[in-house]
Amino acid sequence: MTRFRCAIHIVPRRGILDPQGKAVADALHSLGFPAVGEVRVGRYVVVDSDAASADAARAAVKAMCEKLLANPVTEDFEIASVEPA
Amino acid sequence: MKAGIVRFPGSNCDEDAFHAVADLLGQEAVYLWHKDRDLQGVDLVILPGGFSYGDYLRAGAIARFSPIMQEVVQHAKRGGLVLGICNGFQIACEAGLLPGALLRNNSLRFVSAPVSLRVESIATRFTSQYHLGQVISVPVAHGDGRYTADGDTLARLEGEGHVVFRYVTPEGEVSDSANPNGSLRNIAGIISAGGNVLGMMPHPERAMETALGSTDGLPLFQSILENMLGGIQA
Repeated sequence: MTRFRCAIHIVPRRGILDPQGKAVADALHSLGFPAVGEVRVGRYVVVDSDAASADAARAAVKAMCEKLLANPVTEDFEIASVEPA
Repeated sequence: MKAGIVRFPGSNCDEDAFHAVADLLGQEAVYLWHKDRDLQGVDLVILPGGFSYGDYLRAGAIARFSPIMQEVVQHAKRGGLVLGICNGFQIACEAGLLPGALLRNNSLRFVSAPVSLRVESIATRFTSQYHLGQVISVPVAHGDGRYTADGDTLARLEGEGHVVFRYVTPEGEVSDSANPNGSLRNIAGIISAGGNVLGMMPHPERAMETALGSTDGLPLFQSILENMLGGIQA
């Protein structure tokens, strides 16, 4: 077994109002970043987990996201990286 | 009737719910500890308001996996009554007892205020003592109360009469200004397809005595009791 460090991005699904993202976008505009378009604020989760292979770690993390880390009703997740810890 | 009020770490409306059932309704009430698996034979499970597990990850997300919730889900599957108030509504959604999710208020502010609700269905075991379309005053106190669901789910909720309470003006009109959190279609409370799980963000247990400003929550608890005694299956 190898310990893998798995990084996950979780963001509000497009089409669902993200008031935090909107507030941040408004603040960026007023700070002199008029080029900023849509902003979405989510979470970044790092999970260290033992697995036989990177593929097995990735599959386990996907199951963790579906069961707990992301809400399937409102959020999308992306496994950004899976690397030996 | 025997009601069980679940206590999670971070619950803070458990005593209000206990007081409502035991002192104001005159029925038996017990606390159910989140680590226990024994529902103690209760007829009604109340998931109270609060900040279970500190709202870590998402409101209600961790509470859903507590030992007692496995039993609450089985209780609901058997047709047992579950009333989820505020954080309890969030937990019920996370546990899959009700569709949809409660997201951050669109104002990004915690809202603690009395709101007007319109009773959208009285053909339920929780609302039969109200009049259809009755406007009631019940307080809300939450930061994550924006009810959200996909279009199909919303259409089904509306089509099957499962929207039970809606945020309205004191005159009973649905409007954005009467919506404290940006809930889709001003939804404040919904009931499960089986009619035995009610989730709502407002706090009926805090609107039971004139000293607290409203008694409009009383008929909700009286409905539960009446229908249990009468054996009515709405």
